[in-house]
Amino acid sequence: MSTHQINLTINGVAETLTVPSHMTLLQMLRDHLAYTGTKNGCAAGECGACTVMLNGEPVNSCMVLAPEVDGAELVTVEGLAHDSQLDPIQQAILETGGVQCGFCTPGVLISSRALLDRNPNPSEDEIRQALLGNLCRCTGYFRIIEAVQQAAQMPATVEV
Amino acid sequence: MTAAKEARQGNGHIPDLIGASVPKIDGTEKVIGAAVYTDDIQFGPRLLYARILRSPHPHAKIVSIDTSKAMALPGVKAVVTGADFPGFIGLYLQDRHIFCRDRVRYIGDPVAGVAASTEEIAEQALGLIAVEYEPLEGVFDPEIGAQPGAPLIHPDLADYHVKPFIFPRANSNVSNHFKIRKGDVEAAWGDCKAVIERTYRIPQVQHVPLETHIAIAEVTQDNKVTLHASTQSPFAQRNLIAMALGISQSDVRVVGGAIGGGFGAKAGVTMEALAVAIAQKVKGFPVKLRLTREEEFYTTFVRQGLIIKLKIGCDQDGKLLAMQNTMYWDGGAYTEYGVNVTRAAGYSSSGPYEIPNVKTDSYCVYTNHPVGGPFRGFGMPEMHTGIEQAIDELAHEIGLDPVDFRRINCLKTGSALVTGSKMHPTGLPKAIEAVAQAIDWGVESKASAPNKRRGKGIALMWKAPAMPPNPGSSAWVEFSEDGTIIVGVGGQDLGQGAFTIAAQIAAAGLGVPYDWVRVATPLDTKYSPYEWQTVASRITWSMGNAVLAAARDARQQVLELVAEAWDEKIEDLDIIEGRVVSYRSEESISLQDIVIYGLPKEGDSGWRGGPIRGQGKFMPTYVTGLDPETGQGERAVVHYTTGAQAVEVEVDMDTGKVEVIRGSAAFDLGKAINPELAKAQVEGGFVQGLSTALFEELILKDGVLQNPSFVDYRIATTADTPRQLATILVEEPQDDGPFGARGVGEHPMVPTIAAIANAIYDAIGLRISAPPYLSEKVYMAMHAAGLVT
Repeated sequence: MSTHQINLTINGVAETLTVPSHMTLLQMLRDHLAYTGTKNGCAAGECGACTVMLNGEPVNSCMVLAPEVDGAELVTVEGLAHDSQLDPIQQAILETGGVQCGFCTPGVLISSRALLDRNPNPSEDEIRQALLGNLCRCTGYFRIIEAVQQAAQMPATVEV
Repeated sequence: MTAAKEARQGNGHIPDLIGASVPKIDGTEKVIGAAVYTDDIQFGPRLLYARILRSPHPHAKIVSIDTSKAMALPGVKAVVTGADFPGFIGLYLQDRHIFCRDRVRYIGDPVAGVAASTEEIAEQALGLIAVEYEPLEGVFDPEIGAQPGAPLIHPDLADYHVKPFIFPRANSNVSNHFKIRKGDVEAAWGDCKAVIERTYRIPQVQHVPLETHIAIAEVTQDNKVTLHASTQSPFAQRNLIAMALGISQSDVRVVGGAIGGGFGAKAGVTMEALAVAIAQKVKGFPVKLRLTREEEFYTTFVRQGLIIKLKIGCDQDGKLLAMQNTMYWDGGAYTEYGVNVTRAAGYSSSGPYEIPNVKTDSYCVYTNHPVGGPFRGFGMPEMHTGIEQAIDELAHEIGLDPVDFRRINCLKTGSALVTGSKMHPTGLPKAIEAVAQAIDWGVESKASAPNKRRGKGIALMWKAPAMPPNPGSSAWVEFSEDGTIIVGVGGQDLGQGAFTIAAQIAAAGLGVPYDWVRVATPLDTKYSPYEWQTVASRITWSMGNAVLAAARDARQQVLELVAEAWDEKIEDLDIIEGRVVSYRSEESISLQDIVIYGLPKEGDSGWRGGPIRGQGKFMPTYVTGLDPETGQGERAVVHYTTGAQAVEVEVDMDTGKVEVIRGSAAFDLGKAINPELAKAQVEGGFVQGLSTALFEELILKDGVLQNPSFVDYRIATTADTPRQLATILVEEPQDDGPFGARGVGEHPMVPTIAAIANAIYDAIGLRISAPPYLSEKVYMAMHAAGLVT
């Protein structure tokens, strides 16, 4: 089994890791590093529960191999809040009630944050488009869409 | 009693916190990634991984199993088969073994299990287990399976242990036959001005929680079992697993952390028993079994399929006179839980209508399909898909508007029920008016393009908690030093907000601010108070009653302590915002310290009081049996939640695509403890219902599932959520609910398929044979009818 040494930052913290070549980014985060906020819903790139931000872009971490993230900046759900201050999208989804079981929430938050970073004032259609890959079985999406709209109106308190 | 106190505590007074949409108590931990789901627990390097060898045949005898090669693979720690576990398991009908012993009954049936040092080795070992099967003829249609002469799937059905209200038919595939014989249906047809006869088919579908099933089991050398599971039912799992293994319930500890969606899939026991059984063979090592998404689609519970045959008739004024309802439920390979779905459908088989003559036969039928079980709505979405389309068709037949027809016939307070008793106070008529108004019923709206047609549809529903007559709840309320409280419950927060509701009720019952409350999590059968299961939309009502009783018990203890210390009467004291106040002396004291340390007696002469802990319980005591031949009885259920939905759809005549433009939904939940949480349930249920109406079906060919992935089994996404949904909460109080509350968790997806089907009919004048109403199916129906060429 070949391994690779990689350097990256996870939520701003520099890490040097040795990972097997077949390990996925999701496995690296959850099984290797115990960053368990990122969820495994299908391991096939279909549900979006494992979405993380890789160099500013939302990706399904189950579809990325760990050796590929050498040199990358990674943000997971654990990295959205700082110094007990929530990211606006976290605050907004609490206020609109867009969290039920919470299993899709980490991926939804990352996809939403990535959208707001590249488009601070998205239309409803743009929000729906950006969240197409994040399946949610509980909420019917109403309050998730509303949360992104609300977060867009809030001042950004964190830079990610 | 003083006037001020009277105003706060008099009969019918509801505290301000009840009806307040406070934030979810577990919301923040979920948005920061700190909530601990079962797969997030760290077990260290001794953790073993399990995989399951599953039957590739829908129906076969097991001739032989050779596990020797698998056992010899380095890294394999244990291989188990049905030979190791002779016991039966099941909630209402004990019809399954943990691992198959002599026969497999569906593709996916567990045949052997492996524990190994890695998941990869466990998977590799499965390929080394040699199983010889002798294929048997299968049953893939419940109506055919119910006929005499069909291949028997459970030849020993008559010998299985069964609850007294379930009626299996020996030497058949019918594991429950529920009957209603009310009035005289045959005589009534002659009095009908209009009669219709229709058959509707509803396919099996999957719950699709975003988190797949997971269990980590450990059995110690002294035979104590610990099970960490994503579960709606820690106590039911404790009980069923202990019984199956022949050990004490007190030696089985089930821990239920945060759960990534349930919808019924994680009620009772499914794969958790497999993990425990494997762990028994590697004592001292935790064993993790996590289902893949593919396994999740067909090896845990699915929603039962249904063939419903309805004949209904009304008089010239549109008054319903008679209904004959024959239901063949596709129960799948085991119906240990599903038999009660078919019973619930039986005693609710009139739908939310008063009908003097009803004949019902609800058959639970074994097939060689995935195992049917509890799914949000517990038979009601499937049954109402038939009934509410038939009601629409009969309304059109007699020439009445579908809303008017429902106004005439719907259950009202005091209406005669199909089981013989009377309807309790219900807001169903209000719900009908509310949804009709919100959708602008009777007003045509213009389609968004020339190639599209619009239509509106309505459907009603009723549903009772389906459960044994005596499912219990208990709770405790304990103080911390600063006067804040920890509430112990055994019901699970599936995302619906059960912990938030418990906290609100505890705070209101005790007299402390909401943010003083914490809930004791994770649930743990060793420490949490007993709760039957988090199912049946019973938690707000039943567990809520237990929490309120516990809070009031704690409150009473506080007031007794202070009354004694102040030499006052309890009646003159109250707890407001965390302070004990006297209406007589106008003195007050903070709960801080006194709830743990008590109060000093005068002149340094000692202390009174001690750590306060309130206890509460609730169990319905009034549900009676029903006559097995007629289905008549004094009180079949605890209560019914009723409601209505209306939708407007647009059908694309070029593609057949159905889009739900907007909807309205109204449910009578007695009293909304937290209105925004209740509305969130209505919204989520609506879209889950929409998803089953438009997209979802387990496509089975001779027992082989064709679409076990999110690509081939599509669920609703942000693209499908309607732009507008009006949610209306109707509040006709429940006499024995906490502050008048009854449940509303399952109900919002019950009427949705029928409402959409009725709207499609309104738009294009066609009824599509069966859900899901996929574009191609709608287009082909329009083509066959000559609507498009």
